[in-house]
Amino acid sequence: MTDVFVNGNFAGKVDNAEEFVEEVRAKRRKGTLSSEVNIAYDDEIDAVFVESSSGRLRRPLIVVKDGKPLLTKEHLEKLKNKEMGWEELVKKGIIEYLDANEEENALVAFYEEELTPEHTHLEIAPIAMLGLCGSLVPFCNYSPGARISIGAKNQKQSIGVYMINYHNRMDMDVSILNYPQKPIVRTDMNEISGSDKHPIGQNFVVAISSYEGYTIEDAVIFNRASIDRGLARSTYYRPLIAEEMRYAGGLSDKIEIPDKEVKGYRSETDYRFLEDDGIVYTEAKMHEENVVIGRTSPPRFLSSTDEYNFVSEERRESSMLLKHGEEGIVDNVFITENEEGHKLVEVKMRQPMIPEVGDKFTSKHGQKGIIGMIVPPEDLPFSNSGIIPDMITSAHGIPSRMTFSHLMELIGGKVGALAGRFIDGTPFDNEKIEDLREELKSLGFRDTGVETFYNPKTGEEMEMRIFVGNIYYMRLRHLVANKIHARARGPIQLLTRQPTEGRAKQGGLKLGEMEKDTIVAHGASMVLNERFNADSVKLPVCEKCGMFAMYDRYKNIHVCPNCGENIDVSYVEISYAFKLFSDELRAMGINTRFGLRDKF
Amino acid sequence: MDNAIFSEYEGLLPKKLIEEIKQKAQKGISKKQLKAILDDCVEEVKKASAQSGEAIGLVTAESISEPATQMTLDTFHYAGVSEMNVTVGLPRLIEIFDARKNLKTPSMEIYLKDKKKLSNKEVERIAAKIKALRFGDIVQEFKIDIANYKITASLNKEELDNADMTASDVIALLRKKTKIAKFSKGKNDEIIVDVEMKKDKGPNELFRIRERLEELIIAGIKGIKHVLPVVRQDEDGNKEVVMLTSGSNLKEVLKFDFVDKTRTISNDIFEVEAVLGIEAARQKIIDEVKGVLDEQGIDIDIRHIMLVADTMCLTGEIRGITRYGIIKGKQGVLASASFETPIRHFTNATLSGAKDHLSSVIENVMLNQPAPVGTGLPKVRYVGIINKEE
Repeated sequence: MTDVFVNGNFAGKVDNAEEFVEEVRAKRRKGTLSSEVNIAYDDEIDAVFVESSSGRLRRPLIVVKDGKPLLTKEHLEKLKNKEMGWEELVKKGIIEYLDANEEENALVAFYEEELTPEHTHLEIAPIAMLGLCGSLVPFCNYSPGARISIGAKNQKQSIGVYMINYHNRMDMDVSILNYPQKPIVRTDMNEISGSDKHPIGQNFVVAISSYEGYTIEDAVIFNRASIDRGLARSTYYRPLIAEEMRYAGGLSDKIEIPDKEVKGYRSETDYRFLEDDGIVYTEAKMHEENVVIGRTSPPRFLSSTDEYNFVSEERRESSMLLKHGEEGIVDNVFITENEEGHKLVEVKMRQPMIPEVGDKFTSKHGQKGIIGMIVPPEDLPFSNSGIIPDMITSAHGIPSRMTFSHLMELIGGKVGALAGRFIDGTPFDNEKIEDLREELKSLGFRDTGVETFYNPKTGEEMEMRIFVGNIYYMRLRHLVANKIHARARGPIQLLTRQPTEGRAKQGGLKLGEMEKDTIVAHGASMVLNERFNADSVKLPVCEKCGMFAMYDRYKNIHVCPNCGENIDVSYVEISYAFKLFSDELRAMGINTRFGLRDKF
Repeated sequence: MDNAIFSEYEGLLPKKLIEEIKQKAQKGISKKQLKAILDDCVEEVKKASAQSGEAIGLVTAESISEPATQMTLDTFHYAGVSEMNVTVGLPRLIEIFDARKNLKTPSMEIYLKDKKKLSNKEVERIAAKIKALRFGDIVQEFKIDIANYKITASLNKEELDNADMTASDVIALLRKKTKIAKFSKGKNDEIIVDVEMKKDKGPNELFRIRERLEELIIAGIKGIKHVLPVVRQDEDGNKEVVMLTSGSNLKEVLKFDFVDKTRTISNDIFEVEAVLGIEAARQKIIDEVKGVLDEQGIDIDIRHIMLVADTMCLTGEIRGITRYGIIKGKQGVLASASFETPIRHFTNATLSGAKDHLSSVIENVMLNQPAPVGTGLPKVRYVGIINKEE
């Protein structure tokens, strides 16, 4: 007797476990049981597990009977003519989904030729073992798995056309590639996943070479002319949202051009883009601190004394404006209502993002790098046929990472671009690289992919041939324009009087504890002092008791809260953070005093 | 060579250096030339030594911790046998610097006086003398007779041979080591244990006695779980047997006659300190740290490690670099509070009305004052007008 468990709960016993399992499977294939039921017999612990719960990973396989797959040529013909669909195949029991448990009972063949009578299932295609992003990498069965998983992840950060209706959407922090292209070297997944409708990059002409050292550490060289022609150009969208909030007492926000009497009124020029309804007009070129949506709010506190006065007319200014360092063009304005019935105004800002030094690019094979230099075309090497590459990458990134698929896509792309066709780079089922090289030869190029190049500065032929071809490159969303930050002077925090933190608040650049240690190690005591004096203050200290004294401006005297008025004080230069800290200690009942003596 | 010149330089040059120059100086060298050499040496020593105000402690900390970040975290190193697993790498480094009392893998290196090549049998016999042998190890089976309050232990013949003992030897040892029961010999290498017991204790006591007997060490040294004889070769090609152990008991091991007392050592720093003294412990800290770093291919100037070892040992007892160790000895309230457990430090400072003289770097960074290191150290003091004629 064998125990049977249904979804982990003991359900009963059966006499012949293997017969029972086969029976259940037959019923599932016939359609009497749901195709989502999986059953497995574990002979080691002699138990049958039936699973129908959610959250199991399952994958489809072709059912094999007596060494012959149930999927026949007639079926394929019907599928081609769209007389039959996937669902029907599953319903008929030709294809079934196995979970991890049932897989243990199955013997799966990779290819039809390998089938023997013992086999129970046949793979649909080898590409099915890869995930969506992994199967988009052409020739990926030739590269180390670690690189391919990096490449697969990088695709998720690429700038492309993330949604076709992006124009009507209000997404935060998104970019659209201006001139997207389908990859020349494709995999079957390109068609299956519909990625042709959502391209993520462009086919670049890439040469693998050094260029004056500016390709160090994976940096890439860009052709200025290519950028000017719109290569990798993208548009960045960000919405600004303002709501007309309603408050207790019948008061509410108002979207309008603020009146000059409003508290916190900004200068007139800041409001110059607003139309009569208090909202900018489309296609307005905005700069930092410009108001996008004008808004006023009722006074913050309504104290009880106000009841006898007229309701204070002083409204507050609470406009939405571009923050420091932001700029852009107004793309679209939406006026609507939110769930609570408040008026909602959303303004979509658009900002063209031209590739610049520091922007990140990658191929699909984990070969990522940032732009190290943008070079005018006249300074870039040109080939025999007059081709000037869009991009130059360093050769040092290739041997240690062993990304053969990158090089194969480069050759494949070259053949495709010259022959005017798409190249099939589906993993495990790709076009043979030997054939591609033969075709390249017949097109009049060297079959190795290298070409003769000429020195742009002297016109001489270069001694080394340079490997050049077309490859699908993606621009990643880490754009310098959204990250660049520096500060000399700027805002400070109210509590500690130390500089604020972060780019959004124009914060200072932190010199941390370990960085501090390096200065100490150099013995540069005064440098250390100067670097940390951002919150330095001069405070009077009572010479008698050593506590902080106060300066009374009316009487022009110093007062100590401890010793009274007739005291001597000394001014001590100290960090405000420490003054705050000793105040906090005092608030806890721990007194702190300063013992004063001459500094030198 | 006349020693008069050399005695002039005593104090200016390290003794070891003077000795070396004495030995290596060419024979026909003139006084003038020798003096020039020695002067050059004095200049070099001055250049090499740290200047006043140099933050040597911090440079040491950086020099050790920067390469330590690159060390492979848990490296497992088996010296041939899986049981002889010794902690190395970063975990061991932390263990040493924290001055942990209970090591993860205490071990010893036992050198033998007899440097001749020993036969395998001799080596095995020595190893058996060192390794702790539990009574349980040589017993195949315990039979407990509840009715008669008797335990019969049948011995494992193989183990008995390995230990070079007979059943009567074992009985003699048992009688010497414990008095909880009476032992007598049964047939076929059996030992009968007669338990004299008060009846109110019940049969559970029998099981308790069995457990105690199992753990009873009848031969070898307590704490040493395994012994692994290893053949080592020195630079001249001389081979020598060294006993590596897991478990450590330096005091007992040094009592053996066959042990070379000058070289045998434990990796337990506290044990080294207890048996050989604080200077030996200091040297052991240096050796252990150097060993760990060398294994990872990290090259750190030995003087950094020496400074750490000196700091750990300077009070005469080993203190780790923790809040209970050398940080406790820090003077300033703010300095020690900035390390760990600030609340406790402030509570204690409040109770005693502590003063902070702002003598180290951290406090001065906190208060935004020039820190007394490097260029911040020298100060000007007015002492009045000095009358030259006086």
